Amino acid sequence: MSTRLAKGGRLLNRGKPLDFTFNGKNLRGVEGDTLASALLANDQMLVGRSFKYHRPRGIVASGAEEPNALVGLGEEARFEPNQRVTTTELFDGLTCASQNHWPSLEFDVGAINSRLARFLPAGFYYKTFIHPRPFWKHVYEPIIRQSAGLGKAPRDRDRDRYEHFYAFFDVVVIGGGVAGLQAAKAAGAAGAKVLLMEQTPHWGGRAPVDGGLIEGAPPENFIDRTLAELEAMENVTLRTRMMGAGVYDHGYLLGYERVGDHQPDAHGPRHRLWRIRAGQIVTATGAIERPLSFAGNDVPGVMLASAIRDYAVNYGVSVGDRTVVVTNNDDAYRTAITLKQLGLEVPAIIDARPGGGGALAAEAVALGIRVENGRGVAWVKGRKRVEGVEICAQAGEGAALEEIKCDAVAMSGGWSPVVHLWSHCGGKLYWDEAAAMFRPDPDKAPTGADGEGFVRAAGAADGQFDLAAVLDNADAAGKAAAQATGHKPQDTAAPKAEAKAENPIEPVWMMPQGASIKLRMKAWLDFQNDVKVSDVQLAAREGFESVEHAKRYTTLGMATDQGKLSNINGLAILSDALGQPIPQTGTTTFRPPYTPISLASIAGEARDAAFQPIRKTPMHDWHAAHGAYWEPVGAWRRPYCFQRPGETIEDAVQREVKATRDSLGLLDASTLGKIIVKGPDAGRFLDMLYTNMMSTLKPGRCRYGLMCNENGFLMDDGVVARLDDDTFLCHTTTGGADTIHAHMEEWLQTEWWDWKVYTANVTEQYAQIGVVGPKSRKVLEKLSDDDLSAEGLSFMGWKDIELAGLKARAFRISFSGELSYEISVPAGQGRALWDKLLEAGAEFGVTPYGTEALHIMRAEKGFIMIGDETDGTVIPQDLGLHWAISKKKDDYLGKRAQARSHMTDPTRWKLVGLETLDGSTLPDGAYATAEGANANGQRNVQGRVTSTYHSPTLGRGIAMGLVLNGPDRMGDVLEFPRVDGHVIRAKIVEPIFYDKDGEKQNV
Amino acid sequence: MLILTCPCCGVTAEETEFHPGGEAHLTRYGPGSSDDEFHGYLFEKVNPKGVHFERWRHANGCGKWFHAARCTVTLEVFGTYSAQTTEPPQHIKDKISAKRPGWSWREFA
Amino acid sequence: MKRYSAFAVAREALRNHMGWERAWASPEPKKKYDVIIIGAGGHGLATAYYLGRNFGITNVAVLEKGWLGGGNTGRNTTIIRSNYLQDPSAAIYEKSRSLYETLSQDLNYNIMYSPRGVMMLAQTQHEVRGYERTAHANALQGVATEFISPSRVKELVPIINIDGPRYPVLGALWQARAGTARHDAVAWGYARACSAMGMDIIQKCEVTGITREAGRVTGVTTNRGDIACDKLGIVVAGHSGHLADMAGFRLPIESVALQALVSEPIKPCMDVVVMANTVHGYMSQSDKGEMVIGGGADGYNNYTQRGSFHHIEETVRALVETFPMIARLKMLRQWGGIVDMTGDRSPILSRTPLENCFINCGWGTGGFKAIPGSGWGFAELMAKGHSPLCDAFSLNRFREGRFIDESVAAGVAH
Repeated sequence: MSTRLAKGGRLLNRGKPLDFTFNGKNLRGVEGDTLASALLANDQMLVGRSFKYHRPRGIVASGAEEPNALVGLGEEARFEPNQRVTTTELFDGLTCASQNHWPSLEFDVGAINSRLARFLPAGFYYKTFIHPRPFWKHVYEPIIRQSAGLGKAPRDRDRDRYEHFYAFFDVVVIGGGVAGLQAAKAAGAAGAKVLLMEQTPHWGGRAPVDGGLIEGAPPENFIDRTLAELEAMENVTLRTRMMGAGVYDHGYLLGYERVGDHQPDAHGPRHRLWRIRAGQIVTATGAIERPLSFAGNDVPGVMLASAIRDYAVNYGVSVGDRTVVVTNNDDAYRTAITLKQLGLEVPAIIDARPGGGGALAAEAVALGIRVENGRGVAWVKGRKRVEGVEICAQAGEGAALEEIKCDAVAMSGGWSPVVHLWSHCGGKLYWDEAAAMFRPDPDKAPTGADGEGFVRAAGAADGQFDLAAVLDNADAAGKAAAQATGHKPQDTAAPKAEAKAENPIEPVWMMPQGASIKLRMKAWLDFQNDVKVSDVQLAAREGFESVEHAKRYTTLGMATDQGKLSNINGLAILSDALGQPIPQTGTTTFRPPYTPISLASIAGEARDAAFQPIRKTPMHDWHAAHGAYWEPVGAWRRPYCFQRPGETIEDAVQREVKATRDSLGLLDASTLGKIIVKGPDAGRFLDMLYTNMMSTLKPGRCRYGLMCNENGFLMDDGVVARLDDDTFLCHTTTGGADTIHAHMEEWLQTEWWDWKVYTANVTEQYAQIGVVGPKSRKVLEKLSDDDLSAEGLSFMGWKDIELAGLKARAFRISFSGELSYEISVPAGQGRALWDKLLEAGAEFGVTPYGTEALHIMRAEKGFIMIGDETDGTVIPQDLGLHWAISKKKDDYLGKRAQARSHMTDPTRWKLVGLETLDGSTLPDGAYATAEGANANGQRNVQGRVTSTYHSPTLGRGIAMGLVLNGPDRMGDVLEFPRVDGHVIRAKIVEPIFYDKDGEKQNV
Repeated sequence: MLILTCPCCGVTAEETEFHPGGEAHLTRYGPGSSDDEFHGYLFEKVNPKGVHFERWRHANGCGKWFHAARCTVTLEVFGTYSAQTTEPPQHIKDKISAKRPGWSWREFA
Repeated sequence: MKRYSAFAVAREALRNHMGWERAWASPEPKKKYDVIIIGAGGHGLATAYYLGRNFGITNVAVLEKGWLGGGNTGRNTTIIRSNYLQDPSAAIYEKSRSLYETLSQDLNYNIMYSPRGVMMLAQTQHEVRGYERTAHANALQGVATEFISPSRVKELVPIINIDGPRYPVLGALWQARAGTARHDAVAWGYARACSAMGMDIIQKCEVTGITREAGRVTGVTTNRGDIACDKLGIVVAGHSGHLADMAGFRLPIESVALQALVSEPIKPCMDVVVMANTVHGYMSQSDKGEMVIGGGADGYNNYTQRGSFHHIEETVRALVETFPMIARLKMLRQWGGIVDMTGDRSPILSRTPLENCFINCGWGTGGFKAIPGSGWGFAELMAKGHSPLCDAFSLNRFREGRFIDESVAAGVAH
């Protein structure tokens, strides 16, 4: 059984027990445990079920590469599915549950799939579930979805906090093993600003477990000493529990710091996402051991040899009492020796190499361990727990030579450097035939902004496995990285190290070499996704020859571990099946992140109210306090209307319109864009920007202008006021302010850069209030001594006045058809003016109104609205705005475009008014039908509604629309079907419904 | 995730500080130009696999437009320079020639 | 071609699956074909398939420089919908969607079309009006959509937060028969069917030049030799400009990186596809259980199949806000593809200045959903010289100013 040893466990604090639960069972671990080591210490070998066949699954690994042991961690607002137990630190009160089974982990109905496995080979679903057609959606797919998936979906809103962090370093070293420590030291000593990050809570990596001597002492001494040196360097930052998640272009690097996962109730964020710019990156990310592909290699109790060693040395856990070691390399002997020295039984080491191992093998033999060379495992006995192995000749087909009783199997198929981060941004690999691994190709490193490589691999990540070579290589990488960022490395040598000489690995991709189909159907490559040797071979037979095809067809490497254990073995099997060398097959693409990172950490602080900033006018708070029903417009919020208690939104809008038309309304128009255009060439510039002639505008006057893009389409409109000979104030739409300002700057800087013009976007510098309605002059006159009469400030004029003691600018313009002024004051005085106007207007029943009343009043007057009458496909000519298009100008932006054949086509739809025959309101966006259908069978149409409202003034529906030959068809009746098919008939009329002669605004 | 240096204010900054603006060194065709000329100017952008000259604006910075010479395959930036010019400066062309012998981009190679 | 069925799987199981034949052949190129299609992605393979099925043209080669289906066909978010505003778009996408409905049966290959419904959230008044317009247009185009209320949204997607503090959900455009499919299977299914008709799918065959004579195309040069043809179709999303260069003409196209990501798989929690355009994010759940999330496109020319991380941030931020329960899910994998953006963001299916050379490109971010319809129309265009599905998507439209602009609902003003 799997148990805690009486002593040992270098990472444990045995004095501090921690209680936790697994599937409701109360268990106990100690401080320093991972959830994995704590489960193993409690003999919890079965921890989950596989994705497809629901096979029993146990822990395989001890780190980020774990494919099987995923649990639902925590509860309610802190529930997290698919958490790897090997990278979860134990804390007191932890609760977790296994996944993907029903009704229980021990007895899972879904395990029937395992019995049917023969009928469910790779890609079977492409060949089945085809008939009858409706069954896919209604029967097959729901069943597949239910049995697929892994963890449960969270239900509650996450209440933890997450944050982003920006950082800049010369050199970032990823991985805090001996290689990373040495590289960071070398770079730090050179004076570079260095960040060293380690994904686990511990420094030193595998070295303390694997042994060897550095400067004549155990690696721990080197680790402690180097760490102390690094801590003493001011230019070095150290972080544990932080993973290098992804490498992106130009040295952009994501660091994923798990600040609070191990102390859920501590103050601070749960995760911190570091967005780092690194001059150079050193990947000292180590290597991952590969499983061996023999039948039954997925039975709980079959584990990576290094993992069994880790659990023994780091956590004082023995996975089994009797552990058979099976290997094709020397490293696994370390596991056998470690176990033996702890007093555990190692019945045999099965070494697939005919010649066996080197010095470590000799040591094992000396300890009395039986070593069988040239042998392999034919079959693992047991279902939920290893009971024994049958061994066979590796060179044969799997005929059992002997059965060895055991309760754990330690397997090692060799090591693969962790090349993920090297590869994310385009670093290339080469296949090292002798060492049987893909290694970073230093000549094809990812390149940065300067075209030079910015990533270097160090230590095992670079394919170095000899301790001395690891340190040399890491030292060189750290120095080179420092040098590349302009620092001078110190002339020091890497520490001397020694380790036992090892015999070379012999690649074993299938065990035994000639395994029968029966064995291959039980030899797992991808444990989580249930991909076996036979599946990859089937894919190859069916023509899925590209490594990407094979991956996608079999789902090899697509599980949550992204194939960390399975990819190399899988592509070796594929290469073998295709009869081609491994490099010709190549790898699939490595994509970020290295291991999955929380979506919340990516979202960062931007949640709830902080999701997106809201732009506020000076009157915003008043609106909020007076029933504003908000409408988001760009980054602003504008009141759609002001709802009074008991009022519907529709009621409020109708009331606001009537009050304004009858007496006095107030509009917060501060969001309208305001751009100053100044300089000797300002007039000339605006002549190019607007379709109108602006240079002839007199100071003191205003003109409504249209702006098109170079493609001819109407993009914005607004009133331009000439402030003096050199200065114009251009009003834009609310959403347009920033884009129009950018548009102006673009043309000024990139086309007419010799023109003397300066622009400034002063939108937020001024509050602007529309004072609208027959009583508008009266209320202003109450507050001002300036002459605001029809003569003193005529229509489309502006003047500076003093109003309620404030210096203000009054524009006499109207978007409602009423007598109307827009008053502009510095933003800081906006609220004061608003309050004064409310106070002074009280006797006239002053009524603040929102955007919907604004829209209705402009529609009643037939004024177009950008975004309603225009949609990016409409040109001013469509809207009957010829009067605003200067005939005198040779050029303006959009003029050439408007000369293209389709733009001058007389059959373009044109703006008209629409009046329903029954007085009802046309639905938004309705189309007018025409006879017949087009070549694609679509109903022909001849127009559409662009704006439609119930007019409270007229007591009926009014609308504007674009209609084929519309202006020539006054009085024609069109049919507008609603979505439900009911047809509304509307007559084509002039698009002005109210005060056609403009008498109301001209008083 | 690019890093660019604004030649106007000298700041080297994250891509998020800039706004991309498409092909550089376009000749504007207005009224009087042929359909082909206008179409070429507005739509037929070069879309090279390799060396590219493009416009950027330091939108969340000094607000100035500038030009960048960049490789669209490796994202290497050969240099940035003023937008108020009709042709890339010689030193940038030389740098590109050194790194990408035989490159071509419109008439500037 | 051996038919696929549950029975066939059972039969083969008894032989340990040793009896399956290749899904598609791997022939050497012939000297000449009636039609060569460059690009064995979904669109290229579908074109070849409908050339054979609808027009009896089977002396066809599909040339692929990498592996078939390895471009954007295999790296998109698999959404299929046809709720487009403009008539030409609605026509081709609805044709496509309707072909998807029976594609598994037509190809005898389960492409897992799942008509689970797609909704596009309206989160501003402006969007409400825009989608109401689309619903009206769709009704006349024969595309079944409706504008639904926030409560119906919540009913269909219980995990959604309809009262978000920033952008509450005001309704949605709902297309019940839209959905998703298994992207790789679409390419594989077409490839298998093409191969069964005797067409040659030639992978690892890179076109290095296009040969012409007197303004007509005569063939291509490749790394596997020269191949002659009567007609040539270029269907190479992401590399269209490059191929057009070889053919001697320019395209109104720019290539940019578009990104996507998936979460780790979880048990079913969302049965429909949700798109939230105001906050820039969309999400569905794959049959495997992963939340499939589409990110934004970079604004600069890029051929790296990698994008900038801030687009991922923006998308994830929007979706965590819209679906608060995903916060503790984890991003499993992110990737990028190169998409061709045209001047109006609509595709090009067109003759070209080079006679008998046709181009199908510019699908931007929306190509996967169009594969069957695009293949159907483009095959007709290549066989007959014109196709009602393609006519509006000609190259000339930019010259004439006759755009097909689907972004019209996006403008914000007042």
